[in-house]
Amino acid sequence: MEQNKIEVIIVGAGPAGIAAGITLARANKKVLIVERGSFAGAKNMFGGAIYVEPTKEIFPNFLEDAPIERFNIEHRYVLLTKEQSTTISYKTQEYTKNSCSIIRAKFDSWCVEQAKKAGAYFAPNTVVKSLILDKGRVIGIKTDLEEYYSDIVIIADGVNSLLAKQLEMRKTIKPKNVALAVKEVYKLDKNIINERFNLNDNTGCVCEFIGYPMDKELGLGFLYTNKNSISIGLGIGLEDIKKQKLNVNDVLEELKKHPTIAPLIKDGELQEYSAHLIPEGGFKKIPKLYANGVMIAGDAAMLVNNLHWEGTNLAFKSGKLAAETAIEALNNNDFSENSLSLYQQKLENSYVIKDLKTYKDILNNIEPRSASFFGYYPKKIAEFFKIFTTVNAKPKKQEFRKYICSWFTDRSLRELICDIFTIIKSVMGVLK
Amino acid sequence: MNIDDKLNKLKYNCDTVSHLNPCAADCKECKSKICTIICPASVYEWDEENRKLIVNYENCLECGACKIICEKKSLKWDYPRNGKGVTFKLG
Ligand SMILES: Cc1cc2nc3c(=O)[nH]c(=O)nc-3n(C[C@H](O)[C@H](O)[C@H](O)COP(=O)(O)OP(=O)(O)OC[C@H]3O[C@@H](n4cnc5c(N)ncnc54)[C@H](O)[C@@H]3O)c2cc1C
Ligand code: SF4
Ligand code: SF4
Repeated sequence: MEQNKIEVIIVGAGPAGIAAGITLARANKKVLIVERGSFAGAKNMFGGAIYVEPTKEIFPNFLEDAPIERFNIEHRYVLLTKEQSTTISYKTQEYTKNSCSIIRAKFDSWCVEQAKKAGAYFAPNTVVKSLILDKGRVIGIKTDLEEYYSDIVIIADGVNSLLAKQLEMRKTIKPKNVALAVKEVYKLDKNIINERFNLNDNTGCVCEFIGYPMDKELGLGFLYTNKNSISIGLGIGLEDIKKQKLNVNDVLEELKKHPTIAPLIKDGELQEYSAHLIPEGGFKKIPKLYANGVMIAGDAAMLVNNLHWEGTNLAFKSGKLAAETAIEALNNNDFSENSLSLYQQKLENSYVIKDLKTYKDILNNIEPRSASFFGYYPKKIAEFFKIFTTVNAKPKKQEFRKYICSWFTDRSLRELICDIFTIIKSVMGVLK
Repeated sequence: MNIDDKLNKLKYNCDTVSHLNPCAADCKECKSKICTIICPASVYEWDEENRKLIVNYENCLECGACKIICEKKSLKWDYPRNGKGVTFKLG
């Protein structure tokens, strides 16, 4: 048994696993990161952008060394109806301050290289099939080929976490606890991207698409600019996919045809199509995070803040805190549940749990009103701007009056009251 | 662009056995056949003649949606072995 033994085994080389691995290696602990893909990133997909400050906390040198695509200076919120769009855009010149687009395959590989340099061992092409238990304590992992033993196992195996399920630390995932996302990457010359989005070689733009063709569902579209490509995709709650019998690929095809979006990716050459789940359960679905000899970090622990597309930052932070807990446990030679409960405390004191708590009811509140927020209001907003910008021979006052009346006559008054109530409830929930 | 053209852009290292194993008896009883509708890679097809689910597991993107949505909760879902399956070169 001692032969294949190491201090800590980490399952999964995503942001959570790598952050845990590098933190342990820097403290001179013996750590093995196991990854089922043929390299770190091979199985991973996201929007996406990583956030500068949380990433720096793990990789202080990343702004200089990591494969970054573009620093985002613009964030557009685009409300869509079938033919129209209304855009709100926020732009800043403080471009190295907030977020940057990355390509997961390149970035995750770079991260794992840093962990290896710090002394971590890395085993790709290795699927962890199950955890080995002894008297209720996790003492190792079973892979396709071999068994490995450790004092502590950190589970960072992502949203599907078959291992957290094996331990029954997490309940079976329900459709309403995840969203299904698809994404395409289109190759485009960087000058074309710069021109289309008003950027230079280093700056980037993020778009979020709200409304059509996801006007009855809890869903959101996204677009990110990379150096020489554009990522476009969308995510829809699996519960709504089930109810409406949707295929997300078909919905993405619809989105790409929209007259506001089609020109943005025009003439691009499709490089990749991918799919991935996003945890949506939020605070209420966070599983038990520790037990004898084991901790859970990142998506496996459902640590995602959907409203802000935040996941990598929470994964980095939870991985780091799990590693710090492991370091103390190793120093005290105590791997019991009691000793590892420090992880829960650390998470509760960090922004990770605090933020998820703040947003704990929002998706639940909005979900029943999806048709309203993603269908009706984008339409009403477009209608307003149509009246406001159209010059015709009709008196303006009459048009505005008609428009205001329509808010009360389009639907039953109950709908409007429900929406107002939902907004108040959500805002109060965040501020309380 | 149809789904086959999209999947053709991907790098697959196919396993020789399927990592997706539906329960044949349950599939016969299943009303919605929801897996055949929602899979983003169109992995599942219902063969009415033989009353059997066809599983093109080679095309799987390993997202996990079918496992969670399965009407009978009986779809056995695993990862392909030893780094096999799909590789995202970008992600
Ligand atoms: C469409 C989409 C858009 C997103 N956009 C953003 C964004 O813009 N910004 C942001 O911050 N976050 C975003 N997220 C969320 C973010 O991607 C995740 O929160 C983050 O990747 C979680 O990191 P992780 O390390 O916990 O899990 P993952 O990144 O999923 O890593 C888990 C790893 O474990 C491996 N693994 C799993 N099981 C096993 C096993 N049994 N044996 C061995 N290895 C295993 C996997 O191959 C994988 O490499 C997005 C997610 C999606 C799906
Ligand atoms: S949803 Fe489940 S039970 Fe129904 S056909 Fe698909 S795999 Fe079979
Ligand atoms: S895991 Fe995803 S891609 Fe693979 S068969 Fe299931 S739904 Fe389709």
